[in-house]
Amino acid sequence: MTTTTIDEAPFIEPSTTAKRNYINDEYGVMSWLLTRDHKRIAILYMISVTALFFVGGFFAFMMRLELLTPEGDLFTSDTYNKFFTLHGIVMIFFFLIPAIPAVLGNFILPIMLGAKDLAFPRINLLSWYIYMIGAIFGIYVIVTGGVDTGWTFYTPFSTQYSNTHVFATTMGAFITGFSSILTGLNFIVTVHRMRAPGLTWFRLPLFVWSMYATSVVMLLATPVLAITLALLMIERVLSVGIFDPALGGDPLLYQHLFWFYSHPAVYIMILPGMAVISELVAAFTRKKIFGYKFVAFSSLAIAFLGFLVWAHHMFVAGISVYSALVFSFLTMFVAVPSAIKVFNWTATMYKASVSWQTPMLYVLGFIGLFTIGGVTGLFLAALGVDVHVHDSYFVVAHFHYIMVGGTVMAYLGGIHYWWPKITGRMYPEWWARLSALLVFVGFNLTFFPQFLVGYVGMPRRYHAYAPEFQVLNVLSTAGATVLAAGYLLPMIYLAWSLKFGRRAGVNPWGAVGLEWATSSPPPKENFHETPVVTWDAYDYPAFLKAMKETQNV
Amino acid sequence: MSDVTLHHGAEHAAEPHAHAHHHPFLQHHFEDLGQQHEASTLGMWMFLATEILFFGGFFLAYTVYRNMYPEAWAAGAHHQNWMVGTINTIVLIGSSLSMALAVYGAQTAKRKFTTLMLVLTLLLGGVFLGVKAYEYSIHIEEGLFPGSHFTYVHHADPSLTRGIELFMVFYFGMTGMHALHMVIGFGLLLYFIRRAWRGDFGEEYYSPIEIMGLYWHFVDIVWIFLFPLLYLIHGGA
Ligand SMILES: [Cu+2]
Repeated sequence: MTTTTIDEAPFIEPSTTAKRNYINDEYGVMSWLLTRDHKRIAILYMISVTALFFVGGFFAFMMRLELLTPEGDLFTSDTYNKFFTLHGIVMIFFFLIPAIPAVLGNFILPIMLGAKDLAFPRINLLSWYIYMIGAIFGIYVIVTGGVDTGWTFYTPFSTQYSNTHVFATTMGAFITGFSSILTGLNFIVTVHRMRAPGLTWFRLPLFVWSMYATSVVMLLATPVLAITLALLMIERVLSVGIFDPALGGDPLLYQHLFWFYSHPAVYIMILPGMAVISELVAAFTRKKIFGYKFVAFSSLAIAFLGFLVWAHHMFVAGISVYSALVFSFLTMFVAVPSAIKVFNWTATMYKASVSWQTPMLYVLGFIGLFTIGGVTGLFLAALGVDVHVHDSYFVVAHFHYIMVGGTVMAYLGGIHYWWPKITGRMYPEWWARLSALLVFVGFNLTFFPQFLVGYVGMPRRYHAYAPEFQVLNVLSTAGATVLAAGYLLPMIYLAWSLKFGRRAGVNPWGAVGLEWATSSPPPKENFHETPVVTWDAYDYPAFLKAMKETQNV
Repeated sequence: MSDVTLHHGAEHAAEPHAHAHHHPFLQHHFEDLGQQHEASTLGMWMFLATEILFFGGFFLAYTVYRNMYPEAWAAGAHHQNWMVGTINTIVLIGSSLSMALAVYGAQTAKRKFTTLMLVLTLLLGGVFLGVKAYEYSIHIEEGLFPGSHFTYVHHADPSLTRGIELFMVFYFGMTGMHALHMVIGFGLLLYFIRRAWRGDFGEEYYSPIEIMGLYWHFVDIVWIFLFPLLYLIHGGA
């Protein structure tokens, strides 16, 4: 089966790929480490987040190995505590939050806007260095013995009782936060000030809208995490009672501050996923996204509502029942804009001639898994259910459906979709489809049993469990193995494609968007001449006409 | 070259840019100085939004504990020297004036005036930090630095001591964070004094000084909130 199932084949022959592009413009390690080109910085981020993804994945795999048997026989409970803590911290702060914005957003957003670069290229490079400094703290912690507080650093355990590397870990998370603040700031200013002539707000690709909403959350939520972790570090160093009740502090204040960041952080992770999915749906259905404005504004609505629901993590922490009721109600509201997106994507696919290339397989995975994750989120938003399943594997399964089933699926879909643009080469379609299938099957096999085992009462964060839970846990570990294969496979075939992949033309998918109007890989300045946009987002006929005209000049 | 651009054609290669006016400080990825100015101004406003949320967390925690420990908070604020605080507030507002004048100077291409005003801002900021250091040294001598160095006992009501320590956490934390922002401002001022003296700024290009001004005024405003919260509100205790 060949890969060109799109009948209106790209009208640019592969041989026309530009000779000079951002990759071969300069050579040498320093030309990468000191680059201000958003595309090269995206590559730096891609390498770093991929490395940390596998570090975080390693800890996950160790946990699944321990959970094969009900007895805590492979690792001590202390070691297991460190594994789930490091898994959470590495995956959230060093992979999920930067992955799509800093890799795909960095690469594609300025090109989608017809800009030569982000508004602040030096700050963009700085954000990568800040990220790396944070990551070095993380690696230091891992190498020197780990940390066991859980990724949430709940006080007073983190301030008073834990004797692991809490300070260095929080410092790493604190520092990394500034890299995402700077990325968000850069994106907002770029979207406002760097759009090409003719590119009005309602002509922007939905990727840009969603990334813009993400940036607002990054900008406004992350500083609250920074101050919270700073207070935690002060408390730990000085032994004063900011959050420790024994010394007069208020541990609930810590939870409020922490979740004021960390709930919106869920949207820092999922909104970029939605950004990618909108592009992929439009590209592989060859249609305008149904209800463009609804999808665009639902991103902003999610960003806004996301700030109003943080206390749903604290229903059993001793907050008043009235505030719990309000937060429960508001939490259900967030489902509305999310559902709008899902309905609009499916409505776009309805009666479309969909081409089932790998990115579109990831779209299907995303929509299915995100919906399950979202609906179980509604279960958890309901006070009565939450009290029952709180701190159980049901919760673990729920947020993995959102973050792994949602964000990671979208990230992989996006990587495959823009791979020809980023590298100038096509990935091998057959292998990619196989890996998408492995990821989908592996994911469900890993996490669906956790819904069941959590609902009947298996608590999270223990290395031993009651024997009646074993069957479901064995299934889960088997799934994790399949999932690992699904994640490792792309490392091989994508690396292979760098040298042996078929050369991609300007627009291998026949998609609409400015990134498909420049060569693959793009030149250093993205476009040789500032483009003028005359078409609406995903307006295929208008875009193809504009492309043909520029060719005939 | 046969790769696709939207305005394609060999004739472009030789043609100079339509907007031939290339200012030396125009960065390559901007179309013109106007765009560059708007982008950098917006960037600073966005940064300040982050800063508001950052200090906001501090202010929130301050408020929570003020409610939990009203007497200790009153005693802590009462302990501050409000005269010194007032003088420092006036000094800082003065530095904001000189900063604003520096922006005006840059916009009207008054090279010496701009430089002078920036130096004045630096000096007034230096006075502020000097006074702050003096206050810190007194607090530390009194055993008011939180943690293991905290030896202060509130004799009127020893039960307030723990709360006063918490107050001092916020005192040092908030004023310390404010002072850190001023030190960063110092670095920026030194850099811009050099550039202003060199004559980099004029009617066309003054955004760095304007942005520096935004930052400096913001740091000033933070102090305007810190001063009453930490020095003045003590209910006449
Ligand atoms: Cu939440």
